[in-house]
Amino acid sequence: MIFLQVAAKDLRSELRTKESLNASLSFAVVILLLFSFAFDPSGEAVAEFSGGLLWLVFAFAGALILNRSFARELPNDCLEVLIASPVSGAQLFLGKSVASFVLLLAIELICLPIFGIFYNITWTPKFWPLLGVFLLGTWAMTILGTLFSALTVNLSLRELMLPMLLYPMMIPALMSAMRLTTILLSGNDIGGDDLVWLRLLIGFDVVFTTLALALVETILVR
Amino acid sequence: MEKNIRLGIGAMAGLLLLRNLYVILFNLPDEMEQGPIYRIFYYHLPAYFTAMCCYMTALVASVLYLTKRNLRYDAIAMSATEVGLAFAAVNLITGMIWGRVIWGIWWAWDARLTWALICWLVYFGYQRAKNSAVLSIFSFVSVAITYKAIEWWRTQHPGPVLSFRTGQQLIDPEMERMLYTNFFALALLAFVMVTVRLNQENLQRQIDGLRRRAHAL
Repeated sequence: MIFLQVAAKDLRSELRTKESLNASLSFAVVILLLFSFAFDPSGEAVAEFSGGLLWLVFAFAGALILNRSFARELPNDCLEVLIASPVSGAQLFLGKSVASFVLLLAIELICLPIFGIFYNITWTPKFWPLLGVFLLGTWAMTILGTLFSALTVNLSLRELMLPMLLYPMMIPALMSAMRLTTILLSGNDIGGDDLVWLRLLIGFDVVFTTLALALVETILVR
Repeated sequence: MEKNIRLGIGAMAGLLLLRNLYVILFNLPDEMEQGPIYRIFYYHLPAYFTAMCCYMTALVASVLYLTKRNLRYDAIAMSATEVGLAFAAVNLITGMIWGRVIWGIWWAWDARLTWALICWLVYFGYQRAKNSAVLSIFSFVSVAITYKAIEWWRTQHPGPVLSFRTGQQLIDPEMERMLYTNFFALALLAFVMVTVRLNQENLQRQIDGLRRRAHAL
């Protein structure tokens, strides 16, 4: 359970400075605001693109959080110390993923009511299934994002490289999360043909979590 | 010696491409429904196959790099990906030209086209990220999905036509043979390009190493 300690350490240092939390949350709200100019926020069609809109906001906000995940360890050579410590690469990686997961989920749960107010969407009746979709989708984003965060941490254009790698790679997960969210926000239940999206999302989570845990050692130690 | 072999293969590829171009333009007849534009197919599909071969080479080299820890394999993966990107771009652009003529639009967001584009973007990211064999392995998933997309989804992009995929002869055998001949020519060209690129990559790494050593002293 060392990964929980790593996650706690990350969360503690984040909550003390709140640097990526504040930046990411305010960025998410700004994007929500900007989208209201791109689409008619009072129209009937809002529910139909609500899932896509919401997940784009989460993806943007997520990139900011994930960028900091490993970059936070760069000053004072903390990353080298972490890698050299007896904590295994997989534990370290899992801990960092859990920390980003918690942070991103918190931002999503703050954004959801704001979104509901701005775009006149009722989300309360479907809150629990929505939370399930958020959990699955956010895990997909953080597991891949943390891996790529470790990959790009030493690059000069780190802030740019992470989204460039992450977004195309997570399209299947993003697509299913968008579809499921749209269905729920339109007031329908997930069932019948839509279950395939849920299966895709769960499958994505399982496959990439396994792959990431198997391969992370080769990324960290090189 | 190595340079001469490379030159020889390159010349062979060039001559074969010229000969193929002649046959495609003057010997083979127009297609029944599409007219002359179908000829772009002789470059669209072989370019795609060539790109796939490059990505597959990159995958194998990346796995070898991760198991053997020899930077030479990483250089191979890098060079193959770069050449693969060029051929995938040829595939996308020829496809768009064909789409403009036949569909009336440059681009359609169907599963095949979208995945081909995702594939290109993902490999572009890998190629920029440097020294990231893991990413090459991840990226190959999108190559597999692109390949299978026309079977899994109902797409605007035409379905499989080649006999090894459909199990029946849907197109004229002579046309199919030309596809393979042109694929062979492009694959030869790609091989030469990869070796040239690999040479550059190795030199670059040597220079970087020397520079680092000079710094250390």
